[in-house]
Amino acid sequence: MPKKIILKSILLGLALFASGSAFAERTLLNVSYDPTREFYQAFNKEFIQYWKDKTGEEVNVQQSHGGGGKQTRAVIDGLEADVVTLALSGDIDQIAERAGLFPKDWQKRLPNNSLPYTSTIVFLVRKGNPKAIKNWDDLAKDGVAVITPNPKTSGGARYNYLAAWAFGVKTYGSQDAAKEFVKKIFKNVPVLDSGARGSTTTFIQRGMGDVLITWENEAFLALKEYGAGDFEIVVPPTSIKAETPVTVVDKIAKKNGNLDLAEAYLQYLYTPVGQKLAAKHFYRPAHPEFADPEDLKRFPKLDFYTIDGDFGGWATIQKVHFDDDAHFDQIYTP
Amino acid sequence: MHVTSSKPLSGNPGVALTDPAWVRWSLVGVSIAVISLFLILPLATVLIEALSKGWQAYASSLTLPDTLAAMRLTLLTAAITVPLTTVFGVSAAWAIARFDFRGKSLLTTLIDLPFSVSPVIAGLIYVLIFGAKGWFGPWLSEHDIKVIFAVPGIVLATLFVTFPFVARELIPLMQEIGHEEEEAALSLGASGWQTFFKVTLPNIKWGLLYGVLLCNARAMGEFGAVSVVSGHIRGLTNTLPLHVEVSYNEYDFVGAFASASVLASLAVLTLIFKTLLEWKQSQDRKA
Repeated sequence: MPKKIILKSILLGLALFASGSAFAERTLLNVSYDPTREFYQAFNKEFIQYWKDKTGEEVNVQQSHGGGGKQTRAVIDGLEADVVTLALSGDIDQIAERAGLFPKDWQKRLPNNSLPYTSTIVFLVRKGNPKAIKNWDDLAKDGVAVITPNPKTSGGARYNYLAAWAFGVKTYGSQDAAKEFVKKIFKNVPVLDSGARGSTTTFIQRGMGDVLITWENEAFLALKEYGAGDFEIVVPPTSIKAETPVTVVDKIAKKNGNLDLAEAYLQYLYTPVGQKLAAKHFYRPAHPEFADPEDLKRFPKLDFYTIDGDFGGWATIQKVHFDDDAHFDQIYTP
Repeated sequence: MHVTSSKPLSGNPGVALTDPAWVRWSLVGVSIAVISLFLILPLATVLIEALSKGWQAYASSLTLPDTLAAMRLTLLTAAITVPLTTVFGVSAAWAIARFDFRGKSLLTTLIDLPFSVSPVIAGLIYVLIFGAKGWFGPWLSEHDIKVIFAVPGIVLATLFVTFPFVARELIPLMQEIGHEEEEAALSLGASGWQTFFKVTLPNIKWGLLYGVLLCNARAMGEFGAVSVVSGHIRGLTNTLPLHVEVSYNEYDFVGAFASASVLASLAVLTLIFKTLLEWKQSQDRKA
């Protein structure tokens, strides 16, 4: 008797599973970082419709989200992404370098340095800004608890860290002084989550910290989801330009027979539909002229530090700041 | 308890009952308070959150394609791993309880290994073996076989963490029962299989079911190991526990807690069956 039951349950399980994967339609896998969930959910719907109208073919787009560094690792380890839409070009460089899935000059393949949208880093504080946080140096003050994810696993956290560093260099005049400054900030960090979304929930749901350093889009989204009543956004006078590029993973897309689909998918990000959606989901679009002017009003003007201008690119940053025993490891000793 | 040990041990089993009433009641009270605070309250919160926007929202979030896919994957994983760990558990318990051989204690220790290894490590082991940069990665991708970030990886990781459940349950039971009945059956001319199905299996059935039950609960609830090998593809490689996290991270609290309530009710069912089995087992032993 028990044997029969077991057999039946196996068959049932297999049948259930088969029914879920019986559709032979093409499926595109987009591996992305944490805060893009809502944007791509909306964008995928539009793209699927667009593709159907254009070619008559029904396609499916699947999403995988997580901390940018972790997602990069997964693609290198064999997660079969047709396209990657990650938080920083350094991560995509790693995939080209370590797994050789596409050429190293990938960033030249799409318009605007493969950046359909960009973002920046801002502060989210509790209502009324009780700790009076206005600028980066306020984060280093005694008694301010700062929430940020782990720069080793999260792309957003790297921008947070680098923005603070650039501020330190400009304000205090040297790399050593900047390091002391960033060290002071990280002394104020009670917990490092692995991705931006984890930090948001730590700050909002668990009520930890006085200030969350996060993506501009993530801060806006948090306000939208939780209502503007309890939190407010503080934009520092200068922050960092967060360049969040996209690329086709040639070898995987070819193998899956998805190359045309993957290319069309990323191209579609640059169209008026894609640009408008990006702005609506709080990303700064590459073509502001396509976006809703109302959406654009939400983006304050500010000065930017840049990855190439202030730091000489991700390869240098990786070596100087984030490799084992480099600056970050010396700064952050839990 | 000093109160009881200071008295002469008369061999009266009711001696503990002579504790003053306030000791008894405060102990009972503390236990109930702790259980309510740490078990019942959180479980109730799950249900309250899940139903915070009404039954309609609850039902519709449970019938979303991604949620259904997660349930399907969870059931499939359990349907594959539970029979395998059962077969393994019975054979291992048989070997350890019935035979003496070199390395027996080593084997017993190895069976316990998954209990002591962190599930995250369990997941990483498979990434290192089957990942694109792992030992078998290049061969697998040449033959277009997906293990990691696909269903086989999830099954393997679950198998690893549920491995000891049945064996752990059966080994002490079979050692306690001894092999007189089986020897009698064999000497009366029964074949090996006949002995197993007619003598051994009826003796261990409640313990076996108990092990299977625990194994199933863990297989459906495992998070850490599965999270490492899943790749988190929505609607494809998210099991129910992973889906809870994904929904929660997407501010879909009703969805997250609705899925969590499914897992919680599974746990409650497991508890009920467990109690039932324990009762049955004690009945059988008395008989």
